[in-house]
Amino acid sequence: MFHRAFAVLAVLFAAQAAQSAEVTGFALENGMEVVVLEDRRAPVVVHMVWYKVGAADEPRGLSGIAHYLEHLMFKGTKTTEDGDFSRIVSENGGTDNAFTSWDYTAYFQRVAADRLPLMMAMEADRMVNLAIDAAAMETERQVVLEERATRTENDPGSLFSEQRRASQFLHHPYGIPIIGWRHEIEEIGLEDLQAFYKAHYAPNNAILIVAGDVSPEEVRALAEEHYGPIPANPAIEMRDRIEEPPQLAERRLIFRDARVSQPYVVRSYLAPERDAGDQVAAARLNMLSEVLGGASATSVLGRALVLDQKVAVYSDAYYLGTSLDDTTFTMIAVPAEGVTLEEVEGAMDAVVADFIETGVDARQLERIKTQVRAALIYGDDNLSGLARRYGVALTSGLTVADVAAWPALLKDVTGDEIQEAAALLLDRERAVTGYFLPADEAEAEVLQ
Amino acid sequence: MIRFALAAIAAALIALPARAAVDIQEVTTPGGFTAWLVEEDSIPFTAIELRFAGGTSLDLPGKRGAMNMMTLLLDDGSGEMDAQAFVEAREALAVRFSFEVHDDGLSVSAQFLTEFRDESVALLRQALTEPRFDEAAMQRTKAQIIAGIRSEETDPDEIARRTFDELAFGDHPYGSPSDGTVEGVSALTREDMVEAHARIFAKDRVHISAVGDISAEELSALLDGLLGGLPESGAPELPVAEFQLQPGLTIVPFNTPQSIAFFGHEGISRDDPDFFPAFVANEIFSGSGFESRLMQEVRVKRGLTYGIGASLIPKDLGALILGRVGTVNARMAETIDVVRAEWARIAAEGVTQEELDSAITYLTGAYPLRFDGNRRIAQIMVGMQVQDLPIDYIATRNDQVRAVTLEDIRRVARRIYRPDDLHIVVVGQPEGLEASN
Repeated sequence: MFHRAFAVLAVLFAAQAAQSAEVTGFALENGMEVVVLEDRRAPVVVHMVWYKVGAADEPRGLSGIAHYLEHLMFKGTKTTEDGDFSRIVSENGGTDNAFTSWDYTAYFQRVAADRLPLMMAMEADRMVNLAIDAAAMETERQVVLEERATRTENDPGSLFSEQRRASQFLHHPYGIPIIGWRHEIEEIGLEDLQAFYKAHYAPNNAILIVAGDVSPEEVRALAEEHYGPIPANPAIEMRDRIEEPPQLAERRLIFRDARVSQPYVVRSYLAPERDAGDQVAAARLNMLSEVLGGASATSVLGRALVLDQKVAVYSDAYYLGTSLDDTTFTMIAVPAEGVTLEEVEGAMDAVVADFIETGVDARQLERIKTQVRAALIYGDDNLSGLARRYGVALTSGLTVADVAAWPALLKDVTGDEIQEAAALLLDRERAVTGYFLPADEAEAEVLQ
Repeated sequence: MIRFALAAIAAALIALPARAAVDIQEVTTPGGFTAWLVEEDSIPFTAIELRFAGGTSLDLPGKRGAMNMMTLLLDDGSGEMDAQAFVEAREALAVRFSFEVHDDGLSVSAQFLTEFRDESVALLRQALTEPRFDEAAMQRTKAQIIAGIRSEETDPDEIARRTFDELAFGDHPYGSPSDGTVEGVSALTREDMVEAHARIFAKDRVHISAVGDISAEELSALLDGLLGGLPESGAPELPVAEFQLQPGLTIVPFNTPQSIAFFGHEGISRDDPDFFPAFVANEIFSGSGFESRLMQEVRVKRGLTYGIGASLIPKDLGALILGRVGTVNARMAETIDVVRAEWARIAAEGVTQEELDSAITYLTGAYPLRFDGNRRIAQIMVGMQVQDLPIDYIATRNDQVRAVTLEDIRRVARRIYRPDDLHIVVVGQPEGLEASN
């Protein structure tokens, strides 16, 4: 059956692309971009508003303000009370939430399709009418600090990741944590929040995404009614952030924590991201991450480190290509019992060097391409996921056309190009290598 | 994210749509299997869900972790294929398999493209019925499990969960982590894998659902091919887990800035006639939304935490009501006071008509939103079968929610919220708290 499967592969890419949700993109007169993903399978819509502002757009010294503001967006407007937003969504049988990243802040609701006008009315209201109450703001600051404790301080792996990121980006604001540094969250003031809100929340800095049981015409009419009257903010310009300088010295971190029981090594390289109309380099890196990472039984790292040499229990490689500015390509190895981090790192380096020398196994590449194609089909089953993919892309400087072009670009990547991309990128002298370790024995005793 | 998903402890309460047009057919195969099917041909793939009853509770004494390890090995070589050949075959077909095991069941999820349906199902049949349990794969998987156990040992949430489970269920499998201990896993043998496999993979233990680009006839033939080779029956029925948890407060000292508390007591079983009122009461008291009393009192009013919730967890052999909250060490005592007070208040007073009305509006309105994907619908349908719900449950579920009265809630709240029975496990260095023993 294994071999029969390969016989079918030859004709795979001749077949038509999957029948996906119908995608329509347009803009309102005030500059708000709109994307509609029509899917009639269930009487549900996902309504999302994405703002092109995130942690990497924060004024220096106010890390965490984008995320803190996200919390306060649920705390009432000039005409609504604290908590009304979520209460009304929930009274209408819907669910809502929000999330913040370096490049975006997004708000969404999942509701029955006939509740879409109400969601738009409320979301349009808080785009410009937010009223931050000082007492509610202080209580919510405690919630945010607890969130930081839950996500980061209680989890040594997250602390490690925060430290690695800060080393990866010496200069570019991607080096700050999304949730913010604790000492800065503690000091963010009401005026700071109001100024940040005024500077970034406007229709010409927002993207509306509606996915589900609704037509583009209906969405256009509703969007013009609810978002259309909000004037654009002429002060908003395209984001043009400071650039990370070239890395000239290898960076190494050793993170120790008494709560660590399973060490591992992580290596990350500064890497180019997907750019509008120029996604080829990113497509190659994406395929490189699939070739090196992925299932341990078939990936380059897994086969060598886990299966053959047995120096690791787990390995992976990943590339976060959808990003406004330069991003990272990362490899991780978790050593087997009795193997040191130095040893597993050495083995990983040897595998990479060998890969740059010998290149890609053609059959592995074909399998990956089959999965890329299948992912499009399976992806259509998850409408929220699809909507989110467009939101991330459009707040990272890409267009609907770039999203549409991406699968074909992945398909076109050759083995030689992947090999070349690896040779270009995977230089340890231009990377951050982190060791995640338990506390020193002596230190551990003191802590207990 | 503004809200913390409490998925880790949430009981999956299965329910189905009033409005959503989910047209379920019952398919009975010549081989004697019954499956629920929704035909949906707009995307060229099919999602299949199989649920084998029993799960990690079927571990034999002294063999804790065997079922978990056996499940992990299903993907690691079968028939003529070693691990690498198997994964290569799976990748070449772009078929997705997931094998997961929990206390009460082993889930097999498969999604395959229509064009590769036959090859994909043959590969799944091979994984389920002819696993090799090769020595190399065993060693590799053991190392991975042990690495996982080591990580969990220093995770405060995991420590809290283990402590609570052990206090609640003692020697019963519910009382210990399903991945086992380092020593126990190290000692597992190939024979243990074969034994675990035989205990769970049997015709009389399986529930089946499918959604996607497939007809009833095609599904029928597919299932007989896929499952026809299984033995008739597996392990015998298990005894009920005796609930042993005494009221009190347990502190597990752990050096971490934020304490984690798990709190709860014995719960209510899924087939209890009062389950619906209990479910609605729980939504009002501690559901995941901002509107729940615990979220309002602990997070919104006092800023004590990022997330708090409590769920009914009706397992097959024992039921819990279990909550979780994290807060800095200095404020855990205050947080626990609020939880205890709210527990007592709902037991004594029930809820208000306004709370009940808005909970019913939310629950009945949210219901149709669940049916928004082939895989999701397949999972829901297999869950319905596991809970022995009728095939027309979807049409009646919202009426059952609407039928819950204030008096029902008052009666049930007194029964299911027992402040004097609360046991609280705190992991961290909480200030101003003293353990009860």
